Amino acid sequence: MSDLINKRNHYDDTHPATPGEIHDYKEGIQKYTIGLVLAAILTALSFWAADSASVWAPSMPALLAALAIGQMGVHLVFFLHISSGPESTNNILALCFGVFVVALVVFGSIIIMTNLNEHMLPMDQLMNIQIQR
Amino acid sequence: MTVIHHSHANDHSVPYAKRGPAPTNVLVGYGFWLYLLSDIIMFSAMFAAYAVLSSHTAGGPKGIDLFVKGDVLLETVFLLVSSFTCGIMGLASAAKNRNHTYWAALATFVLGAGFLILELQEFSHMVHEGAGPSRSAFLSAFFALVGLHGLHVFVGLVWLVVMMLQVKTIGFSDMVQRRLNCFNLFWHALDIVWIGVFTIVYLGAK
Repeated sequence: MSDLINKRNHYDDTHPATPGEIHDYKEGIQKYTIGLVLAAILTALSFWAADSASVWAPSMPALLAALAIGQMGVHLVFFLHISSGPESTNNILALCFGVFVVALVVFGSIIIMTNLNEHMLPMDQLMNIQIQR
Repeated sequence: MTVIHHSHANDHSVPYAKRGPAPTNVLVGYGFWLYLLSDIIMFSAMFAAYAVLSSHTAGGPKGIDLFVKGDVLLETVFLLVSSFTCGIMGLASAAKNRNHTYWAALATFVLGAGFLILELQEFSHMVHEGAGPSRSAFLSAFFALVGLHGLHVFVGLVWLVVMMLQVKTIGFSDMVQRRLNCFNLFWHALDIVWIGVFTIVYLGAK
């Protein structure tokens, strides 16, 4: 049995490469360069759009959100190497759950707080009531 | 039997369910990925607080009067390029190329430190102008969110120095490789959080 365990540890020592990991140094650099260029283009578009007068103002939040989500996708694929391969299944499942919780926390807070805000008396009236007491 | 199963770990002709336990570095990467997701959930609470409080300036300065977009663009470029050099460092260490690893790590450290210096300058400038974290709910949320990200970058820089010392003293052992991989994931995740910060806080400032 100890022999088996030794062999197993030996296996781990001699096969450090993750399945799906890039084995070729140059190929890896190419992938990172593509990711860097795409991310730089999306960043430049975001900063340009935010200051630009040629973007219809009410559409600005949606445009900036789309650019940001696109750039996050580029980072996930080219930098964090999330892929559709079977090696990434667990990581993608965890990521989906993470995105779900983040959406609950962010949008849930915004909806609840906006709703509370609408049902509150304006601040001057609130102060008035407190003074009358 | 276990050994035979294990040797199928990279064999694509064997169904995924029958390949046996994954190699240690896959498990470590997955565990660290779970930590990063929980960290991002913590950031999401800060984002939610900022989204709710960003209009509550209590008569104090507004975001659009305080933020300098040129500096933010420079910070963004620093962090993006440092993410790239960090990836190169990961590739160089996987290829056990010591020289490339050190140079890429140095570039990552310099860019990360540059980012942090710019951010601290911005903070001190704001505090001197009377726009510190205690001025309004908006500024409390701003300093909490952006400061938390900056704190992560600082921890990352310390971690990078520790990793380079380990490469120097231990070399490219499997353990050090796994840690470098985790550092890589951490640094890339910080850049993803920064995309949210510059879009929502700086570009969305009103």
